Amino acid sequence: MIEIIAPALIIGLILTAVAGPLGSFIVWGRMSYFGDTLAHSALLGVAMGLFLSLDPMIGVIAVTVMVAILLSALQKQRSISSDALLGIVAHGTLALGLVLVSLKEGIRVDLLGLLFGDLLAVTYQDTLWVGACAVIVGIITKVIWNPLLNILLNSELAHAEGIAVDRVRMIYMICLALLVAIGMKVVGALLITALLIIPPAGARRIASTPEQMALLASIIGMVSIALGMFASLQWDTPAGPSIVLSACLLFSLSLLFGQRSSSE
Amino acid sequence: MPAHNPVPEISAPMTAPIVQLHDVSLSIKGQSLLNHINMTLEPAQILTVIGPNGAGKSSLLKIVLGLYKPTRGKRQISKRLRIGYMPQRLQVDDSLPLTVKRFLSLGGNKNNTEIEKTLSDVNASHTLSRSIQHISGGEFQRVLLARALLRNPSLLVLDEPAQGVDLHGQQELYRLLADIRDERQCAILMVSHDLHFVMARTDQVMCLNQHVCCSGTADAVANHPEYLALFDQGIEKDFAVYTHHHDHHHTIHGDVVKDDIEPHSHAGHNHD
Repeated sequence: MIEIIAPALIIGLILTAVAGPLGSFIVWGRMSYFGDTLAHSALLGVAMGLFLSLDPMIGVIAVTVMVAILLSALQKQRSISSDALLGIVAHGTLALGLVLVSLKEGIRVDLLGLLFGDLLAVTYQDTLWVGACAVIVGIITKVIWNPLLNILLNSELAHAEGIAVDRVRMIYMICLALLVAIGMKVVGALLITALLIIPPAGARRIASTPEQMALLASIIGMVSIALGMFASLQWDTPAGPSIVLSACLLFSLSLLFGQRSSSE
Repeated sequence: MPAHNPVPEISAPMTAPIVQLHDVSLSIKGQSLLNHINMTLEPAQILTVIGPNGAGKSSLLKIVLGLYKPTRGKRQISKRLRIGYMPQRLQVDDSLPLTVKRFLSLGGNKNNTEIEKTLSDVNASHTLSRSIQHISGGEFQRVLLARALLRNPSLLVLDEPAQGVDLHGQQELYRLLADIRDERQCAILMVSHDLHFVMARTDQVMCLNQHVCCSGTADAVANHPEYLALFDQGIEKDFAVYTHHHDHHHTIHGDVVKDDIEPHSHAGHNHD
């Protein structure tokens, strides 16, 4: 049994290890809807991939990265608020994806697998490219860590202190897009944002530095993967939702036991 | 008609100005924010910008900082200019665990002794390991100032540094800024939230209302007709001064300390 889920387990652990630091920024910057938008657009990526007879993953990475770039460009204009814009892009790309799939004859898409992840479809080959992606994203995150924190605190101060604000933001969004593409394999497009925000939220009360919070978020995420998959095997529950529920459970525990006197 | 307009020499300084704006105008989305601004800042000079709301004070700072590009005109800065910027406000989300120490090291200077020394220079040593969300407004202001100072700036740019700080706190801040200028020989460009009270030690005041209404020493600006015209009536009508006679003062921790009857003087003893 373990052989069947081993690749999925490896991918899940890699995913959550990288999602901890990147997701922390989503929580700090109050932009969880940004993750959702990327995830929705990932479905368009799958459709594009199928439509052009490419590997769906290539489509996913290409489309999410493009949407990330588009969003950061669009957010500079001020006439439409950022959250409305995210909503438009999220639903627009999702709808376009579904329409595209219906147009191409002879394609059967496992929609449930895309939305909630299909662990049994994960192969050892997948772990290779996921691992490679994750290492790259991890290194990049390390490099842009301090500039990104400064931008988060005050982008004008960061700019005045010589940080290339737009470029760093763009790199971060591309990293996030890559992560969403990986995450779709494991928990699906609907739940990937959960793995980006719940572990950092759970880490908040225990951590006293940004770095601690990122690291703890990675650990909480990895434990959630293990717990969720175990539960899925034990009680035959769907894996993706079980993983997310495990993360929620750990978050609740952090609320109960992670009280920090100075954080209140 | 003369072939060229000779620029009148004003007591030629030993060193070149660190920032110069030549006929700078700024408009954003067709809305004109600044018109034909000329400004010169010499090394170690303190320049205070005053003006009503919407006068373009913050925009002017952003042009000096290089955050905005002027629509017309030119910004000239000296080659070795290092800017320390203190923004008007900085909101840190509660979800970010961040101590004052880490906040200061994020500015780029990670040297612990320098961080501690600079923090004590601004009288905020006690905040070092506190969470940045749990220090007072006045303390936050001084921490921001420390962060700007840690860059060893030759120019400090401060956006309404005294806003939300009481008069006593303002007085301390202005004293601190004057000391910083004297010790570090760095120029200070600041926007004052108050039209009537500016730092006494300021060398130059610029009254801005999209254009430069007037500029000069504080006294010269206060008597300038354009400055006076910004108000319908003198402030004396609406404000009174209440003079406190305290026999004590407060330390930064809020403790009450009795004052000496005689003003404290160093004449009779020496500090080591």
